[in-house]
Amino acid sequence: MARAATTTDAFNAVAEPRRREILDVLSDGERSVNEIVAEIPVSQPQVSKHLKVLKEVGLVRSRSSGRQRLYRVDPLALKPIGDWLKDYELMWNERLNRLDGYLYEMQRKERE
Amino acid sequence: MTIDRTGSAEVTLPSDTEILITRSFDAPAELVFEVWTTPEHVRNWWGWETDQMRVCEIDLRVGGGYRFVAGDGDREVAFRGVYQEIEQPHRLVSTEVYEPYPESESLNTLTLQEDDGVTTMRILVAHQSKEARDATIASGMERGLQHSLDRVDKILAGALENA
Repeated sequence: MARAATTTDAFNAVAEPRRREILDVLSDGERSVNEIVAEIPVSQPQVSKHLKVLKEVGLVRSRSSGRQRLYRVDPLALKPIGDWLKDYELMWNERLNRLDGYLYEMQRKERE
Repeated sequence: MTIDRTGSAEVTLPSDTEILITRSFDAPAELVFEVWTTPEHVRNWWGWETDQMRVCEIDLRVGGGYRFVAGDGDREVAFRGVYQEIEQPHRLVSTEVYEPYPESESLNTLTLQEDDGVTTMRILVAHQSKEARDATIASGMERGLQHSLDRVDKILAGALENA
């Protein structure tokens, strides 16, 4: 299933806490590697390594600006991760809708 | 006036190891607590609509256990746990294990807050690791797919009834 494969890729990439920290920083706007290093306690080679993975799965894009490279988040690529949570939410909704219906019926019977 | 709250449950991830589920009900906290913790009631709503509740045991005291098994044909889901704190009707802390994965036990804190006849339920599910937390969420993907198929079934059934 193509969809599951995509989700797994992005999902694996964000499973690493440092990479999520980097995404957090980038969600505030474009940053160079050095700017990211200044904001989180991770060495420059480590940040570069994580950025490479994030770029590979398409979560992060980059462009050159003068002598440096700027990185930004691709919000569309983050969508499968949102969907992943949405399915779990759907499961809970289903369960709690039944509870809601049951509570409603109980109270209706009491009033009668 | 009653508000349609269908599908209003919200899931958020407050930390790397936690899941928070929030949902409101038009019922007093006392009733929600009772329906959540009494086997006769749990049987009527726990699990999926197509499931039969096969086991529903609740020993509501600190140190007491619960076990829910529901299924449909060969498919079966079983959860169990132990009650840790009981403050009826506002707070219930219990462990939870999905039986196929006994090593990934979570600590669930249920709170019920009543305002003007509306009770807001919060379930904080705290896992021991991020991996266990993520595996739990990933299990919803399969269910999400199943749900869509069930919905198609329902729509078809409705269409047949009305025909």
